[in-house]
Amino acid sequence: MDEKLIEVVNLKQHFRLGKNNIVKAVDGISFDIYRGETLGLVGESGCGKSTTGRTIIRLYQATEGQVLYEGENVHGRKNRSALKKFNRKMQMIFQDPYASLNPRMKVGDIIAEGIDIHGLAKNREERTAKVHELLNKVGLHRDYAGRYPHEASGGQRQRIGIARALAVDPEFIIADEPISALDVSIQAQIVNLMKKLQRENNLTYLFIAHDLSMVKYISDRIGVMYYGKLVELAPADELYNNPLHPYTRSLLSAIPVPDPDAERARRRKLYDPTIHQYTVLEQPQMHEVTPGHFVYCSERELEQYNSGRAIARANG
Amino acid sequence: MEPMLQDKFKLAGIKHQDADNVSRSGLSFWQDVMTRFYKNKLAMIGLVLLIGLVFMAIFGPHMTGHDYRTNNLSQKNLAPSAEHWFGTDDLGRDVFTRTWEGARISLLIGVSAALIDLLIGVIWGGIAAYRGGRTDEVMMRFADVLYGVPYLLLAILFMVVLGQSLTTMILAMTITGWINMARIVRGEVLSLKNREYILAARTLGAGMSRIMRKHLIPNTMGPILVTMTLTVPTAIFTESFLSYLGLGLSPPLASWGTMASDGLPAIKYYPWRLFFPAAFICLTIFAFNVIGDGLRDALDPKLRK
Repeated sequence: MDEKLIEVVNLKQHFRLGKNNIVKAVDGISFDIYRGETLGLVGESGCGKSTTGRTIIRLYQATEGQVLYEGENVHGRKNRSALKKFNRKMQMIFQDPYASLNPRMKVGDIIAEGIDIHGLAKNREERTAKVHELLNKVGLHRDYAGRYPHEASGGQRQRIGIARALAVDPEFIIADEPISALDVSIQAQIVNLMKKLQRENNLTYLFIAHDLSMVKYISDRIGVMYYGKLVELAPADELYNNPLHPYTRSLLSAIPVPDPDAERARRRKLYDPTIHQYTVLEQPQMHEVTPGHFVYCSERELEQYNSGRAIARANG
Repeated sequence: MEPMLQDKFKLAGIKHQDADNVSRSGLSFWQDVMTRFYKNKLAMIGLVLLIGLVFMAIFGPHMTGHDYRTNNLSQKNLAPSAEHWFGTDDLGRDVFTRTWEGARISLLIGVSAALIDLLIGVIWGGIAAYRGGRTDEVMMRFADVLYGVPYLLLAILFMVVLGQSLTTMILAMTITGWINMARIVRGEVLSLKNREYILAARTLGAGMSRIMRKHLIPNTMGPILVTMTLTVPTAIFTESFLSYLGLGLSPPLASWGTMASDGLPAIKYYPWRLFFPAAFICLTIFAFNVIGDGLRDALDPKLRK
């Protein structure tokens, strides 16, 4: 679990929309993903979490920074075969199960796309057998291979998307809000399927979502993003029990509690970015407060957080 | 309340996995398309019509024993009869023979113009939209400039430089004709290229040509086919217009377009000289339209019953 699979180093992704209009979707974030873990990435809409995922998998060329996969830079110049090697190791599951499957292809051909591109099957029989095996793995009947995507429901379509990603035998899967377009009862099925596949195939996940309770359920560690920056990164329980950054606290205070009395008493904390009052000299950066718990703050705030924790420990 | 009685229900012995079982044979996408196409009656009528027209274009000119170019001034402007099935024209030539001789040229021009437009337009528009940015800008501005040049001017230029021939005429027609197709394909591809299934194909390592072939073009097929079926009649009419100006075919060669324009002045007295070529132009357009429609529907799996 301590082996680093992916290192993201000072990753920046800026989009030029006009002459003087640059959107800094991802603005200098760094984190590591360890082999076999699930790293959750949360944040509000437009904070750059999906862009982070898409940049890691090379759908966008990074403006600056590096993504190292087993120590090798993903974004450097590469020849075709090196690229294909990366494509097999890293895969993605998409958000909208209605947009992520080509309506003109049969489910079997959709799933076999990776097999075809990488030449993983020697003949038609082997290809068909692999497709059936993948369908079985994600809990669908083999007959789905001959159907079209519009004949399947949202949850079934998401399973097809997962099977397509698994076809090339990846080690690392970026799940870009894989459950937010689904019905709540189906969400649990898909998340449990992902957990099962993680155990069976020894997968590593980057799980992007905005449903905090679901993220806590599936993730080992969680990163919180705000406006293109990673503001806090900690093991899941640690983050939920001892949130330090005011934005994380605000996010956690927004989770509804399934208990009417507690829900009535719940007070939503609002995050006001001006409370930091960073001076020109202060360079806020990631600080490790306790082992594995990082927070984005200035030196001054770090002392506050540390003393706050000391008081809490003395009281508790 | 009586408890649920065991003996009122019995297990049917169906396994959970079989619940989804739909026995449908594993047809490929194209087999599926063809089955749907064959079921479309109107499209089949169009197909039969087109096959008939092509058959007649090949064998028609040899059926009567008359040839299309020999003048016979003693037999001019005859009405349809057993001897001359479609009558004769103002130089005494057999209209039946000339109609099928003309069919060869008209169909050839119509189909080849449509196919060349398709080939250039799809590749040009597809690459411009998929690459985007600077490439798109340069490619589409080039197309705009070409579109601004009057095609008649280009046609005259081509005739002068390359000499008058069928090839030159097709070339002159397609030199600007593909732009329409390119614009339509570009618009469609622009709206499709950021769909998640395209991103998924890219993360799987698909190159541009594969994404074009497997994802973009099949999903753009509807507008492409509609544009193509409209190109065929346009090309047939353009040819007759160019011939009328003296830029196209020169007599005694015949095409439906030239026959129709020759027959027009005599419509009051010898209507068959206009009627037959015009009727076959209509039939051809009809056939291409219903075939195009049928193909578009057949290619859309959502219409599968």
